[in-house]
Amino acid sequence: MTTENNNVPLESTTEDNFNVASHSMVKYSRQVSRATAKRLSLFFIRRLVLLLITIVVGVYVTIIVANMGGYVDTILKAQIREEVNMQVAEMSAKSHMSADERRDLTNSMIADREKLAGLDKPFIVRSFTHLKNALTLNFGRARFMISDHGSRMVRNIILERLPATLLLMGTSQLLLFAVSLFFALVISRHYGSFWDKLVVALSPTSSIPPWFYGIFLILIFAAWLKILPFGGMVDAPPPPTKLGYFLSVLKHMILPAFSLFISSFMINVYSWRTFFLIYSSEDYVDMAKAKGLSSRAIERRYILRPTLPNIITSFALMLVGIWTGATLTETVFLWPGLGTTIFEAVSKYDTAVIVGTTIIQAYLLGITVFLLDFLYAIVDPRVKLGGGK
Amino acid sequence: MKRLKETFRDVARYPSAIIGMIIVLALIIFSIYTIWKIPYNEAIKMWRASESVVYKNPRNARPTWVNWFRKDKLPLSVDVVAGEDDDFTKVSEPRASGGNSIEFVYTFDYESNELPQDFFVYFTSNYQTKNPFVSMVLQTPSGEEIKIVDTGITRNQNYRFEQDEKLRTRLKRLHRGNVPSTAMEGLFSKFGSDPFEIDKGSYTLTIQATTFEEGSDVDAELIMHGKVFGLFGTDNLRRDLKVAMMWGAPIALAFGLTAALGTAIITMFISAVGTWYGGWLDELIQRITEVNMVIPYFAVLIMVGTFYSRSIWTLLLVTIILNMFSASIKSQRAIFLQVKESTYIEAAIAYGASDLRIVTRYMIPRVIPMIIPGLVSAVPSYVFLEASLALLGLGDPSIPTWGKVINDARNYGAQYQGLYYWILEPAVFLMITGLGFALLGFALDRIFNPRLRGM
Repeated sequence: MTTENNNVPLESTTEDNFNVASHSMVKYSRQVSRATAKRLSLFFIRRLVLLLITIVVGVYVTIIVANMGGYVDTILKAQIREEVNMQVAEMSAKSHMSADERRDLTNSMIADREKLAGLDKPFIVRSFTHLKNALTLNFGRARFMISDHGSRMVRNIILERLPATLLLMGTSQLLLFAVSLFFALVISRHYGSFWDKLVVALSPTSSIPPWFYGIFLILIFAAWLKILPFGGMVDAPPPPTKLGYFLSVLKHMILPAFSLFISSFMINVYSWRTFFLIYSSEDYVDMAKAKGLSSRAIERRYILRPTLPNIITSFALMLVGIWTGATLTETVFLWPGLGTTIFEAVSKYDTAVIVGTTIIQAYLLGITVFLLDFLYAIVDPRVKLGGGK
Repeated sequence: MKRLKETFRDVARYPSAIIGMIIVLALIIFSIYTIWKIPYNEAIKMWRASESVVYKNPRNARPTWVNWFRKDKLPLSVDVVAGEDDDFTKVSEPRASGGNSIEFVYTFDYESNELPQDFFVYFTSNYQTKNPFVSMVLQTPSGEEIKIVDTGITRNQNYRFEQDEKLRTRLKRLHRGNVPSTAMEGLFSKFGSDPFEIDKGSYTLTIQATTFEEGSDVDAELIMHGKVFGLFGTDNLRRDLKVAMMWGAPIALAFGLTAALGTAIITMFISAVGTWYGGWLDELIQRITEVNMVIPYFAVLIMVGTFYSRSIWTLLLVTIILNMFSASIKSQRAIFLQVKESTYIEAAIAYGASDLRIVTRYMIPRVIPMIIPGLVSAVPSYVFLEASLALLGLGDPSIPTWGKVINDARNYGAQYQGLYYWILEPAVFLMITGLGFALLGFALDRIFNPRLRGM
């Protein structure tokens, strides 16, 4: 909770800029900010608890879907039966066992193994065991896949791949946010110009997902021009120096990051520019113009500030949606992140990894939603008025 | 009616809307044409690629139109039936000892710098006990005569040049030092050339068939597998991509439109009912919406596709269920809350309208104009969703779709082997579909959303 409290004074100082700074006003505003801090932290505690409940329910639903009607259990049972049958066949080859003895042995071994796997308990009980395991990131062991360090634990496989995904997503999304905000501001200043019309005309191109741009970019830059790699994250063999490694990763990241960037760029610029235009036709903006404020000041205080909550909301929705695109983009570029992991797991039918990756994604989504809520509350003064809503 | 007319006039003012509408209409017409031209069962049969369906198709052939952009033309694929074509003649003469002596002559010009993939002759004959006998000779432009084969034939017999070991041995001998790697290389290269140089000019293939019974006859069909085929080319299993390109359209439209429409209608209904009744129902719907936001819906779809069913209709249903409680419930709720307070609703309550009547007759119609743009804009995302699942290998196994063709191409490594047409064709179709709906949706958004008017 400390981070939120740290941010509150920052919030109130910006607000102070609007006030005439007489002594009594400062005192008053300090009181206000203390009260706001309390309300804000209350708000966050509430949000955090609600979000945790939401995540738990989300993960539980995911588990139910993964194990609906005990379907995964059936697969597991069949696997156990097959393994036991083979073991018994091996044993009976060396010793003399009658058919009855062999059958009894098989059945008792299957029963033991099923009990060990917790398959004898009813589905409801099992689903809560699964939930507990999932929440503590205890996803069990993969059937076929192994992590690069040789571990069979699903957790290790996923945690090993997570940084790659975060690197790619973080870079492309931050770049996207900053660049499109800048372009949207510039273009809203020149409403009706050629560039403005171009953005409006090109905004439907964002209906095409990033992996699709990826396919084209690969064909152009890798297959045809041969200047960038087809995929992967680093050259093989990896460069020995740290700088060389960094540059190699950078080179491999250009195409995937660019395809994630380009698929959302136009729609972002378009919708944010539209927000700016809507808000710049408000009366208080005309008022500010009449007062003779500089256009920079108007932009910062009267246009950017009130639109920021909207911008963050649209960015949040996009970010939530982009996880889908990231799965495919990674697969197309063979980027060794979560998306490629889920693709590999699907093709190898490694159920534990599929369930584990899905749950990790639920977590990531939950964290995204929370962080954006947090940002939202900082930039939107109305949240404070509501206190705990 | 008047309002509809006005809307149309508004739409006509946006060029992007007109382009979008033309694309969408064209897609619908194309889909209807596809269903009429290649019925569903036939399409599936063609896509299963049994030998009897694909024997005429070369492997990995580019579409024919690539030749327009190439200086050295790729060899065309040829399929001629004796007697039906001027180039492939059939002359039959009775023999003194019974039966017929039939001569097939096929004359063709070969001008390409590339070798064809293969040559086939399919013989069909009728006889009682004595098999007919055929011998084939190919005359090259340099005037050489190459004996291809002497063989007896059954009722349905095919002869493949590339699979005849004896022919290869003979060609090896004819070419002396330089050993041809395929029969085609041996047949179409100048003798003694090193490296092999294609002998361009007029070739004549003469097939002499002899039957030994009264009324016994032989027919021949000659097939040359070139390096280009049809309007769309073929894949590694020799399937004509035309089937998938054409059938991709109705499937993409059906999936995209059903998902968008289903999701929009159900979402609208849920938020209307929630707002009208309020209380715990409203609260529950909002909580479900929040949980739904945290569920990684693509990953869940992947799970469903892997564990339960890859049927496109199951995945469609799951898509609708997962999108029912989308974030748009929140924005619609805000509108419904306003509507709920308006006076005409009060009037409706006063005259004793039922809850159902108020929700369906008075509340829902108010938001319909607002959800239409979103609905149209959502279609591409569902079309691409189907393609995304297919790209992961979770496409419906029995139905040919654009996404599955891209998946096949990538699995085969088309991008590394220069078979770009294989990826680009479905990609272009997907892109046109996506852009068409997006253009229309964006324009509608500007028409129906008063705040965006003129922006």
